[in-house]
Amino acid sequence: MIEKLTHTTVWVLDQDEAYEFYTQKLEFQVNTDARMDDFRWLTVSPPKQPDHEIILLEPGPPMMDEESARQVKALVAKGMLGAAAFETTDCRGTYAKLSERGVSFLSEPTTRPWGTEATLRDNSGNWFSVTER
Amino acid sequence: MRDPIPVFIHLLRAKDLIDREFARELDVSTLAHQAYASTAHFARCFKQAFGETPHQYLRRRRIERAGELLRGGEPSVTEVSLEVGFHSLGSFSSAFRELHGEPPAAYARRWRDASPPAIPACFTLMYTRPLRAPERLPRTQASSFREARRRGRQ
Repeated sequence: MIEKLTHTTVWVLDQDEAYEFYTQKLEFQVNTDARMDDFRWLTVSPPKQPDHEIILLEPGPPMMDEESARQVKALVAKGMLGAAAFETTDCRGTYAKLSERGVSFLSEPTTRPWGTEATLRDNSGNWFSVTER
Repeated sequence: MRDPIPVFIHLLRAKDLIDREFARELDVSTLAHQAYASTAHFARCFKQAFGETPHQYLRRRRIERAGELLRGGEPSVTEVSLEVGFHSLGSFSSAFRELHGEPPAAYARRWRDASPPAIPACFTLMYTRPLRAPERLPRTQASSFREARRRGRQ
């Protein structure tokens, strides 16, 4: 039976810039960075979750036709896609540190019934929740 | 066709500013500046990308946040209207009624008895947007953008 979720896909506008963002700003670890002709398989993992890979993919051929790639890129750039929710042990500290590094936040740490939550965007436009329970 | 992605990136920056600072006095030129565009061009591109003008989006965002506060049990409608950036209770109430389909006090009453669902706030904020069509918004309305003065333009 299916047992675990091991990969999630995040569509990015540029893999080089995404690589910089996720490793330098978010301090994610590079899991795999491999090429097969024109295709780059780039995956990163959150610091405490090395067995989960976030695939940073650029929409385009051969996986996606040009028109579909254009549509996905437009959705990403318009900020319409929210791929995941993250966890932290210190929401306010993380908010301060990431803001200083230039990470764009949609909402500041706010107390909710189930914890403190902020929302941020990556450098492509994807939004994520960051929650401290 | 010219690549629309850079325009979207700039428009998103302005839209995110609205999302963060909707309670402030915001005017189109500040937002246009965020998007590196002239005011008219910015408003036109914004509507093309997101389906409504910056002013309409700001108004809807304020009303959406007001809904969140009222659902959370905030008792004073007047306080809520001020907190989300409206200057007049009258314009707040009519905007609320138009976008939610009922007046703020009735909305608050209806939600007071229901318990909130266990959905992460980021999703409820992104998805519990009042759904009234922007085309039904009247042309003249109290506006921090001074757009109301430009009759007949959309």
